Amino acid sequence: MTGTALELAASIREGRATARQVLEEHLALIATRDGELHAFNEVMAETARAAADRVDAAVGQGQDPGPLAGVPVALKDNLCTRGVPTTCSSKILAGWRPPYDATVVTRLAAAGALVVGKTNLDEFAMGSSTENSAFGPTRNPHDPSRVPGGSSGGSAAAVAAGFAPLALGSDTGGSIRQPAALCGVVGVKPTYGAVSRYGLIAFASSLDQIGPIATSVDDAALLLEVIGGHDPLDSTSLDQPPPDLRTQLDRGVVGLKVGLVTELTGEGIAPDVAERTRQAAAALEAAGATVREVSVPSVTYGLSAYYLIAPAEASSNLARYDGVRYGLRAPGAEDITEMYGATRAAGFGPEVKRRIMLGTYALSAGYYDAYYGKAQKVRTLIVRDFAAAYDQVDVLLSPTAPTVAFELGAKTADPMSMYMNDVCTIPSNLAGHPAISVPFGTGSGGLPVGVQIMAPALAEATMFRAAAVVEAAARDLAPAVEVA
Amino acid sequence: MALPEGWEVVCGLEVHCELGTRTKLFCSCPNEFGSEPNTNVCPVCLGLPGSLPVLNGQAVELAMRIGAALSCEVKPSIFARKNYFYPDMPKDYQVSQYDQPINVDGFLDLPDGSRVGIERAHMEEDTGKSSHAGGTGRISDSTHSLVDYNRAGVPLVEIVSRPDIGSAEQARAYAAELRSILVATGASDGKMEEGSMRVDANVSVRRTGEPLGTRCEIKNLNSLRSLVRGIEYEASRQVELLEAGNRVRQETRHWDEGAGRTRTGRVKEEADDYRYFPEPDLVPLQPNEGWVAAVRAALPVLPAQRRAALAAAVGLEPSTELVVTAVERGLDDFVRDALAAGAEARTALNRAVNDLPAGATVAVKPFAALVGLEVGGALTATQAKKVLEVLVERGGDADPAALAAELGFEALSADALAGIVDEVVAAHPTDWASYVGGNDKVAGMFVGKVMKATRGKADGKAVTALLQQRRGAAAG
Ligand SMILES: [Zn+2]
Repeated sequence: MTGTALELAASIREGRATARQVLEEHLALIATRDGELHAFNEVMAETARAAADRVDAAVGQGQDPGPLAGVPVALKDNLCTRGVPTTCSSKILAGWRPPYDATVVTRLAAAGALVVGKTNLDEFAMGSSTENSAFGPTRNPHDPSRVPGGSSGGSAAAVAAGFAPLALGSDTGGSIRQPAALCGVVGVKPTYGAVSRYGLIAFASSLDQIGPIATSVDDAALLLEVIGGHDPLDSTSLDQPPPDLRTQLDRGVVGLKVGLVTELTGEGIAPDVAERTRQAAAALEAAGATVREVSVPSVTYGLSAYYLIAPAEASSNLARYDGVRYGLRAPGAEDITEMYGATRAAGFGPEVKRRIMLGTYALSAGYYDAYYGKAQKVRTLIVRDFAAAYDQVDVLLSPTAPTVAFELGAKTADPMSMYMNDVCTIPSNLAGHPAISVPFGTGSGGLPVGVQIMAPALAEATMFRAAAVVEAAARDLAPAVEVA
Repeated sequence: MALPEGWEVVCGLEVHCELGTRTKLFCSCPNEFGSEPNTNVCPVCLGLPGSLPVLNGQAVELAMRIGAALSCEVKPSIFARKNYFYPDMPKDYQVSQYDQPINVDGFLDLPDGSRVGIERAHMEEDTGKSSHAGGTGRISDSTHSLVDYNRAGVPLVEIVSRPDIGSAEQARAYAAELRSILVATGASDGKMEEGSMRVDANVSVRRTGEPLGTRCEIKNLNSLRSLVRGIEYEASRQVELLEAGNRVRQETRHWDEGAGRTRTGRVKEEADDYRYFPEPDLVPLQPNEGWVAAVRAALPVLPAQRRAALAAAVGLEPSTELVVTAVERGLDDFVRDALAAGAEARTALNRAVNDLPAGATVAVKPFAALVGLEVGGALTATQAKKVLEVLVERGGDADPAALAAELGFEALSADALAGIVDEVVAAHPTDWASYVGGNDKVAGMFVGKVMKATRGKADGKAVTALLQQRRGAAAG
C-alpha cells in the first residue's frame, strides 16, 4: 500500500498493514523505476527490512514504535549513516563509511522510520539540478528529460516517484525548496538552528539546514516535529523543544497578514510561475487572509552575497578532503603537497573546484573586506529588511523557483543561469528564517510549480498554517496555466 | 654572552600551554599525555565529515584564570578558523581566536621588578603529531609518515607578550614566572619537556635607541636553558650580519640544541595568509560577569605575592635568588611554617632551598628543631645537612637530635673544643709561632688538625675563632 506517511504509520500502528509489507512495496517500486530516475546512490534494502521487522515485532507486542512507525524515508547522501557509505555524490568520499549516525538519523530511528536509502545530490550540495553528481544526474519523475532541481534532487525525486513518502534534504540556498517545487512535492527549510546539523556533511555551515520533503504539508510537519528540537552536539542548535506544528495546522488564515514580495515576483520570474504565485495569493485572501505587496529591497543582492559567503565557508569546510585520513588518495605522489593536489584534482568535480577557488579568493588577505566582509554586511541588511517587512505582515509569499523544471544540460554550460534558480530561496538562508515550498498547480508543459511561504525565525507554526491553506486551494486548480 | 657595545636585543615570547582539562577542547575525548597512538580520538577531534565542535566549559574557565592571573581584561570573544594545509591538523584548519580573543592587555611582573606586557592570551586547539618512518627518520628521506591524533583538539592558550624583553636572562625569568603562574592557577602543568608548555621567541636586535629591527622567530626551544642559549646565539648572529653590512631576513629558525645554533626553517617570502574567518560552527563566547568575577575571586596567591610574603618573613628582598627559588619550588609555605615553629630565618631558607631534594617531604617541627640545633652550634652545617638527608630517608618525621646521636654527631662542648685546640697548638710550637707572627697561611693547617682530632665534629668557624682568640692573647 502507498499513501501519506501519516496514513501508513496509522495503518501499521493499528495492525492493518505490516511495516515489512509496506517496505516491500516501496522497494519493488524503486527496483522498477530507479534505474531510469537514479534518485538513489544506495538502496539500503537489508537494513530497512531488519528495521521493518523490529517495528512489526513491536506492534505485535503491543508497543508503540513511534509516530513514523514503518514509514520509508529517503536520506540525502550528505547525512551520515553509521556503516553505510555516505558520499556527498563525490568521488573524493567514495567508499567512506561514517562510524556514526547524524542526529536526525538517530531521531528517525527512534520514531520508527525505515531508512530505505541514500539519495543523489549535486556534489557536496553545490548545484540546482543534481547534474553535478559524480555518479550521474537524477531525472525528474514528471518528465525524465528534465532535471529534478537540486541539490536535494534525489530526495525530491524519490518522494515524487513514490519511492518513499518522506525524505530529508539539506538546504543551503534553496536545495530543499527548489527541487521540491520542480518535482511537485512539499519542501521545508526550517529556522537556522531548529534542526541539528550534527552528521550533516557541511557545505556552508552558517547557511546549512536539514529539512523535510513530503507529499503533503501535514507529513512535512510531522517529519519536522520528529527531527527538530535542541541537540547538545550542535552548538548552533537553538535551545527549543521540538516544534508543535500539527495541532495548529487546520486553524486557517483568517486575519493573517500576507506580503507578496515585490522584488521576487517581477523580472526573472517566468510568466506561468508568476501567475501561479498570484493565484496562491488570491487563494489565501479567499481563505480570510489579507494580502498586500511588500518590498524587501536588499533581497536582490542576496544571490551575490550568497555566492561569496557560501563558497568562503565551503573552501574551509572542504579542506579536510586531502587524502590523509579517509576517502580518495591519488596514487603516485612524491610528497605531501603533491598528494594534496593530485587527490583534490581527481576527487572534486568542476563546480566544487570553482566554488573552492571563489571562496579562497574571497577570504584572501587584501580581498576579505571587499568580498567576504561586504557580503556579511549585505546579509545584515537582508535581516534588517526582513524585520521591517515582518513589522507589517506575518508571512511573505513568493515563487520558489523562477521556472518549472528545465531540460538536462540546459544550464550546465552557464553557471550564472544555474545560480539564478536560487534567487527566491537564498534570502531565507541568509536571514536564518524558515521557508516552505508548496506545490501549486502546474505551469508550462504541465510541469509542477511551487510557491514559497517565508516566515520570521521560529514562526514555523504560522508558516505551516498558511501552507496548509495553499495546499488545499491547489486541489481545486485548473490543470495548467496557458502561457503565451 | 654579551652583545657588542651599542647593541641591544628585543624579544617577545609566544608561549603555548596545554590546559589541564579532563577532556579536549571540543569533544569528550580524554586530554591525556602518553596514551597509545590514536586511542583518544572521536569523529569530532578527527574532523570527520559532519562532526561539529562543542566548547569545553572547563577550558574556558582555565583560560579566564590565566587571563585574570596576567591582569588581562577578560572579554567576550569569538572563535575563528585559521586555514592551512597540514597533515597533523585533521580539518586542515585550526579553530583559534583571532581579532576577538578572550584575554587582552595584561602584564607580568618579574622577580627583578621589571614588567613585561601581555598583548593577548587566546584559546585554540592543538594539532596531532607526525613521525617519519623509513630512511634516517628525517622527513626528507623518509618513506612514509605516521600521524597520532591523540593531541589533536587538546585545549591550548597562547600567551603573546609584547616585545618588552631585553635580554635572554629576562626571557628566562619571564618563562619561569609564567610557568609558576600556570602551575599555581592549575591551568597547566607547564612541563616544557612534555611539550605542555612551548616557547617561541621573536628576536631582533638594534643599535641602542634605534627603531625595531627585522625579527626572526625561533622555534624548538624545549627548555629554559635552550631559550637562553637560543636567544643569545640568535642575537649575536644578527649583530654579526648587520655589522658586516648584511640584512637580517625575516624567517622562522629552529634551535639546534646539540649544535648550539639556530638554522633556517621556512623563509617568509610574504606574510602567511591564513584566511581567518569567524568559525560558523560555534557561537560567540560571552562569559557573564558573575562567572568572570568568580574566576578572579578564586585565584590562588600568585608567585609575586608569595615572594613578597616570604621575603618579608625572612628579611630579604623579593628578588633574592633564594626567595625566588623557594617560591618557584613551592617551599615558601614550608619555610614560613618553620619560622612560625621557631626556626631561624636564613638558615631555614638555606636548608629548605639548597638541601631538601625535590619532592622530599619533611614535617615542619623536626625541620625547625634541626635548624635550631645548627644555629645553636650543637651541629655543624655539614652535620646538619647529613641529618636532614637521613631525616628525609626516614620519612621526614623523626627527632633530629636522636638522629644526630645515632650518626655520632655528639655535640662537642665548648670546653672540650677549647681543650683540643690547646692540645693542637702545643703540639706544633714552630707553626704556632709563625701564626702568632702574622702568617695566616698556617691557620688552615690548625683547623684541619682540630677537625681530624674531633673527627669532623668541630665547627670550622668556632675553631677559627678560638685560634684568633689565642693568638690575640699570645701577642698581647
Ligand atoms: Zn575527540
